[in-house]
Amino acid sequence: MTTNTMDHDSVASALCATDVRVQTDAGVEILHGVSFTLQPGRILALVGESGSGKTTAGLACMGHFRQGLAKGTGTVHLGDGEMGNILELPAAQLRGLRGKTISYVPQDPALSLNPSMRIGEQITETLRVHRVGATDAERRLRVTEVLAEVGLANDPAYQRRYPHQLSGGQQQRVGIAMAFACRPSVIVLDEPTTGLDVTTQAVVLRTIDELAARHQVAGLYITHDLAVVAEIADEVAVMLEGDIVEHGATDQVLFAPQHSYTRRLLAAVPDLAGKRRVGQVEAITGEQPLIVPGPHGIPDSTSTTPLVDDAKLLPGTMPRTTPADTAAETTPLLRLRDLSLSYGQHKVLDGIDFQLREGESMMLLGESGSGKTTLSRCVAGLNDAYTGSIELFGEQLATGTRSRSSEDRRRIQYVFQSPFSSLNPRRTIAESVGVPLQMSGINDKHRRRMLVLEALDQVRLGERFMDRRPGDLSGGERQRAAIARALVNAPSLLVCDEITSALDVSVQASILDLLRTLQTDHNMSMLFVTHNIALARHISQRLAVLQKGKIVDFGTTDDVLNNPQHSYTQELLANVPAFD
Amino acid sequence: MIAKMITKRLLVSLVILFVVSLLVFVATLLLPGDPAQAILGQQATPERLEALREQMNLNDPVWVRYFTWIGGLFTGNLGYSAASGGPVTALLSDRIQASLVLMGLAALISIPVGIVVGTFSALKRGRAFDHAATGTTLVLASLPEFVIGIGLVALFSTSVFKILPSVTMAPPGEAVWNYPVQLVLPTITLVLVVTPYIVRMMRGTMLEVMNSGFVEMARLKGVPERQVVLRHAVPHALAPVAQVIAIQLAWMAGGVVVIEFLFRYPGIGQALVDAVNNRDVQVVQAISILIAAAYIVVNLLADLVGILTNPKLRTEKAS
Repeated sequence: MTTNTMDHDSVASALCATDVRVQTDAGVEILHGVSFTLQPGRILALVGESGSGKTTAGLACMGHFRQGLAKGTGTVHLGDGEMGNILELPAAQLRGLRGKTISYVPQDPALSLNPSMRIGEQITETLRVHRVGATDAERRLRVTEVLAEVGLANDPAYQRRYPHQLSGGQQQRVGIAMAFACRPSVIVLDEPTTGLDVTTQAVVLRTIDELAARHQVAGLYITHDLAVVAEIADEVAVMLEGDIVEHGATDQVLFAPQHSYTRRLLAAVPDLAGKRRVGQVEAITGEQPLIVPGPHGIPDSTSTTPLVDDAKLLPGTMPRTTPADTAAETTPLLRLRDLSLSYGQHKVLDGIDFQLREGESMMLLGESGSGKTTLSRCVAGLNDAYTGSIELFGEQLATGTRSRSSEDRRRIQYVFQSPFSSLNPRRTIAESVGVPLQMSGINDKHRRRMLVLEALDQVRLGERFMDRRPGDLSGGERQRAAIARALVNAPSLLVCDEITSALDVSVQASILDLLRTLQTDHNMSMLFVTHNIALARHISQRLAVLQKGKIVDFGTTDDVLNNPQHSYTQELLANVPAFD
Repeated sequence: MIAKMITKRLLVSLVILFVVSLLVFVATLLLPGDPAQAILGQQATPERLEALREQMNLNDPVWVRYFTWIGGLFTGNLGYSAASGGPVTALLSDRIQASLVLMGLAALISIPVGIVVGTFSALKRGRAFDHAATGTTLVLASLPEFVIGIGLVALFSTSVFKILPSVTMAPPGEAVWNYPVQLVLPTITLVLVVTPYIVRMMRGTMLEVMNSGFVEMARLKGVPERQVVLRHAVPHALAPVAQVIAIQLAWMAGGVVVIEFLFRYPGIGQALVDAVNNRDVQVVQAISILIAAAYIVVNLLADLVGILTNPKLRTEKAS
């Protein structure tokens, strides 16, 4: 990919959107006049956090508005503009364009492929409705061709598969094949790699990049992941609350950002090298009032957050492991011995051994299906079907929470992945956070409220959140409340199960910052479960890589990242997208 | 794969049927009174009672009677009716046919109507058609079947119009379908009872499916709306609706009793009412088993529809 922008005007644009505005049915404007141009063979990344309107803008290019949104205004012209304004086309003409001239790659192929249609048929359908190819035989030929282009097997047996018979990455490549089938001139990609692990993501990105270049397709790549942007995009448009606040060549936007929002967004992205310290940024979406004034906030030049911060990272290993007390090393906080769990023939966990010292943070890294969540649930006693032993301070724990003592339960606390489902929507935050206190027998209401307030203060939520309900809180605030609930009883071990994966990067940064502070201030141990290797240097002293229920790589974070032993870890590291 | 699953379901069905037969048998054992006494009346002499008990095998141990009975089920011998003295099979065969005709007609009308109305209701969400459909179905679903039946009788045969007969009066021995006019009201009543649930379920699942990712994808692929609905949406909405239809059909097998009684329709429902009144144990057992078998068969059919519309159930997972 070249990143020079010199031939902007010499090449006819493939799609030109001008002043596109979209309102909800209730009349609230959520897209305030967005304009951009797509060039053949080049990819524009539309970057923003959840709620910034990036998907709405992408779908508006196809004349599609999701439920609850009214038809947008403004103009969207394709190519030479002879079709007229897409937003004003009658349904029949619009249908003729969709899938043929301008096509769409969905965010989650597992939801967007019809589960009861064979994949070959789904691609053929696109060709058939647009009358590409005279006969079904010709269309089948094209299906075979396009499947090969995206790097999938293309024999008839493969074409007769159903979506559930493919992996996530294969499903997404079917989605891409479907989008490229009619040789469109514009393609809208809506976070096509969000659900994929890094290795698969790298393959999918390469496929998109190659196809766009080879067929001179103009791409609109919608994403929240700035590291992916660096890999794939020629140009970047940064969106904030329905506005494009910064627009330029990728290098320029990523390395010399003009707008303060872009700078904060960039500063929040965790990097593998750990050069930046994420977290010393104000959270951006919904957490704090925005500093940027107005829809087209003038880049404020007063704050100059440097990209590379004074790397204030966690120490690599804990000072306690000085040679003097290694031998006399007191019992570790947590010790797992030969922990195994299987469902029937399927081994989810296959002999896990490790120790966690007091005050230490360990990252448990693995992709979906590696058993990492099962492992953390076993530690917390939420899953009691395991064999092997879990010791806390040298004492073996009973398998399930029900048979553990309330003291044991207090000492291990768990924070769930989604703050949207882990808080009871009908309870106020104070009630939810107070539950563990009730369980450990603190019945005095006043005292409980004091402790709850203290916990909320720790997570920087404060008193005004006490009597609100989860519905009034943003995702980041909810996750803070969930962490407060885990902290209120002063646990010895905090198990964090993918707690930032449902959150925007800026919110993730503030949560990471919070956890680091808590860990160092209270000498709390932490088991941080994630699939995102880029977080490693930002949160953990030690790193365990889990694959198929086995720990394949283990050591201090630096050791594992600098000198990975297992091929799987090496592969993960090789595929991490990064922009510096 | 499919064959294996179906065999498995069939075997499970057999086990269920066996359990049901036990329950039915035990239940009739627990009925108060002596069947022989009930048949012969209070004035019967002890000798005659004893002779009848012997004839009905009432003196055999319970388990022998159970196995004789269940053996009879397999050979098509359902025993002899105590009231009429004739074989149960002969007594019931006409009745079963009559009931099947009624249920078949009702199903033939209510299933397509329910699916079509439900689909349109979902597609026209919030418009007049949708409001009318949801309102009407809510009212109908909340009325008991005999109220609907009586209402129809009042409307079409007694008070307002006098165009349809309110009772079935086929001469004995002649098939009910020779008098189609008499079938109209019972059929409409059944249809009105059953359809609302199908409509509401179809509407609900269609709304959900129309909001799904693959329907949006199909639209963004440029697939014409008609094809989006027929090809992508409806097949997905059908699986849960099939379960509701199965429950409704099964309900018909039992619930038809009240409606048959209301219209004096000579089906198994009426036979069941008569048999209970006459303490005709063999007939009660036979009808109970029949209704249980009907439940099992329709649920099996619903499972089949579920399997056919969901490839996840009939293909191997990704390797």
